[in-house]
Amino acid sequence: MKTFAYQRADSIAEALAAAADPDTELIAGGTEVLNWLKEGIWAPDRLVDITGLGLAEIDSGPTGLRIGALARMSDVAAHPAVRAGYPILAESLLRAASPQLRNMATIGGNLMQRTRCPYFRADSALPCHKRVAGSGCSARHGDTSTAALFGWSDGCVATHPSDLAVALAALDATVVVRTEQGQRRISAAEFHRLPDDEPWLHNELRMGELIEAVEVPAEPDPRGSHYLKVRERVSYEFAVTSAAAVVTLSGREITNARLAMGGVAHRPWRLFEAEQALAGRNIDDREELLAAVRLSFAGARALPGNAYKLTLAPRTAVRALRIAGGRR
Amino acid sequence: MGIHQVLRVNGVDHEFEVDPRATLVDVLREQLGLTGTKKGCDRGECGACTVFLDGRRVLACMMLAVAATGREVTTIEGLTSSDGALHPVQREFLDNDAFQCGFCTPGQIMSATACIAEGHAGSDDEIREWMSGNICRCAAYPQIVSSVAKANGHLGAGTIAGFAVPVADEAGSEP
Repeated sequence: MKTFAYQRADSIAEALAAAADPDTELIAGGTEVLNWLKEGIWAPDRLVDITGLGLAEIDSGPTGLRIGALARMSDVAAHPAVRAGYPILAESLLRAASPQLRNMATIGGNLMQRTRCPYFRADSALPCHKRVAGSGCSARHGDTSTAALFGWSDGCVATHPSDLAVALAALDATVVVRTEQGQRRISAAEFHRLPDDEPWLHNELRMGELIEAVEVPAEPDPRGSHYLKVRERVSYEFAVTSAAAVVTLSGREITNARLAMGGVAHRPWRLFEAEQALAGRNIDDREELLAAVRLSFAGARALPGNAYKLTLAPRTAVRALRIAGGRR
Repeated sequence: MGIHQVLRVNGVDHEFEVDPRATLVDVLREQLGLTGTKKGCDRGECGACTVFLDGRRVLACMMLAVAATGREVTTIEGLTSSDGALHPVQREFLDNDAFQCGFCTPGQIMSATACIAEGHAGSDDEIREWMSGNICRCAAYPQIVSSVAKANGHLGAGTIAGFAVPVADEAGSEP
């Protein structure tokens, strides 16, 4: 590992100046940055520790919830206002990582984590645009078992691993970004970038910016929500597919549904066509729900290794909906 | 290149020069001689390096030592009382044969102690979920779970290494 200077930022202005330096990386919980350093994914000249900035408050009011970027995953998951008003956020957090990692990792860092694509994480560097821009994509014609169904390009077929981001997308949350000029607000559903023709870009955060907070509008019926994570073991594993469902019912009829999926794209994938079609359907009619959800899969493009997700992902969404609607 | 650091471990301040790249687990083992904390995967995946930071369980391999300045670190060596008496979780691991090769055991015991203090040891399923960050390649899991359950029977939730720990209620235990 290349050596680096280590400094602490005492003010947001200092942190923003550090974020504007292309040879500097900001570090908070460290659980992702240390992976990059150890794997040689990124070798900055300087680390600037931002854990002294505060930005860890969790505030809840009648209009919504605001979570400081430096709040730890475990603290957010255990917070009474989160548990009462936004249980789907706690579910997504508690299904991620391990208790030790959740005690370290921050909300901002969770959003800033990069793909778990095995080629990006390889311990000896393989062609990967997200690792070295312009180097190619080893996954495109390699192991595509964890690859995306939506929004991928020949330059990158990776998915984004954050569980929290999927729940935030379903809740219409906003990522609040601090810039030198002030603030910028980015929809949580669009914070991570689809590869398009710039597959080396991970997210919408620009040089010289840092995440300040996440804001979530108040949920009128917080209990009608569920985060379902399908993985290869019961605990401590990334999602194969996941779904965040928020549903309001009149009797057994769906009046409003919001659905976001993980494990299918390099951003949380909102199922807008399904959401529209779900209005008026009966929450207990599994086949009707599945037909509605499948409308959002018309544009799915499977790769040789991940066609199973065409079956698994709609079922994941339907089960999340049914649990959210109170019937397992 | 070295950074002057004061690190508080098990109630004692240590002062030394540290390489900025050194992780907490490397400093504990190589510079302070506290070899109870094990370095397993070195990637935050196995839990062998679990220690407490200000009373919360964390992974010492995923933290730079310099980042622990001003914090209180507790290692497995700090769990045993000053008269040498084993901590109740250590006692249960011995009595229940909760290890074979023993490499993961210090991390398991640190994690188990935290798991109990957090109030996450109410059932075998809950213990499995909240101990899932600690891997045992010998697969002594049944004995580990039963050690944690038994230790939970005679330890209260709420404090750990002198720090108050927020105790989960039922809903907070949902995996």
